[in-house]
Amino acid sequence: MEILSLHALAVGTAIVLVLVGLAGALVRRNLLKIVLGFSIADAGVNLLIVTLGHIPGRTAPIIDQPGLLKDAGSLVVDSTKVVDPLPQALVLTAIVIGVGVTALMLAFVVRLYAQGKSLDIRDFGRLKW
Amino acid sequence: MIKQLVGLLAVLAIAALFVALVPLMAPTELGPVTRHYVEQGLVENRGANLVTSIVVNYRGFDTLGEVTVLFLSVSGAGFVLRRRDGLVPEPQRRASELVQTASRVLFAPIVLFGAYIFVHGHLTPGGGFQGGAVIASAVLLLLLADRDRLLPHGFLSVIESFSGFGYVLVGLVGLAATGSFLANRGVIELGTWNRLFSAGVIPVIYVLIGLKVGSELATLLDTMMHADQAREGH
Repeated sequence: MEILSLHALAVGTAIVLVLVGLAGALVRRNLLKIVLGFSIADAGVNLLIVTLGHIPGRTAPIIDQPGLLKDAGSLVVDSTKVVDPLPQALVLTAIVIGVGVTALMLAFVVRLYAQGKSLDIRDFGRLKW
Repeated sequence: MIKQLVGLLAVLAIAALFVALVPLMAPTELGPVTRHYVEQGLVENRGANLVTSIVVNYRGFDTLGEVTVLFLSVSGAGFVLRRRDGLVPEPQRRASELVQTASRVLFAPIVLFGAYIFVHGHLTPGGGFQGGAVIASAVLLLLLADRDRLLPHGFLSVIESFSGFGYVLVGLVGLAATGSFLANRGVIELGTWNRLFSAGVIPVIYVLIGLKVGSELATLLDTMMHADQAREGH
């Protein structure tokens, strides 16, 4: 098997996205860029989870034709023809939670800006220990 | 400076963790749990979309929790943005004639498309969350065309409350009928595979989720758009 398969490429992209997002969240000082960093890391994690459930040469787990069944009489699905649906279901959940978390973070940014008139995280040091 | 170096070192440590833990080879077969979901999914649920079968039936309780998390984050954002002191209202520019007319033409088709997505959630890619997001995008178009537009908040909260209540009610009906919360088999007829009326209570739950997510995200957009405006009544 060649080294640069589609799978390895997708895994690599996902890891880079996670690292870029986390680096942005840790290093940047602008609150909006920190929120953006979390969003990018979120996308990377989702891509990683979906990629780990992908099996090359198989189709989507939507059984809309009899060819995906084990035999025509029963409704048992042939599990060698579709990719893993479980990571996709998990990511569906994670995307929605990600939207909610991003919205809440942005609301906090709006509130902080209204109070401090600044988007620089160094100006909000009151909770530091 | 030193803080940023520490941050970058932490990111490098996480990178090493990824390289050590993530397999670079694609898997070749399904695990035992997901194998059951795939092989028995049609027999047990009759839903053509196996992802929907997992989200709404096998992991239905998780999805109820997920809907709760979304509700909490939206109400949290609304609570945080409720106080408007310190925010200067932005000078507003009217949207162009094109945006205003297009929003009126497109609103109904986009809502219809969102409804189509969540009604067919058990047959095609998509479902309640995706359909709800599409409906919220129609509301966003309306708000972009006219920022002073007031959304019908009473109507939205009635839809949201009743769809959330309906979700729990469907679960309780399953509990009463079969002894298992959010059960599918034995509640209503499962129907024929690959037809609109199939998969038992799955489409019912996904329609409720679609309505709930759509009204929740619409309320969220409204809260964020009007964060800088002193507005009575909501």
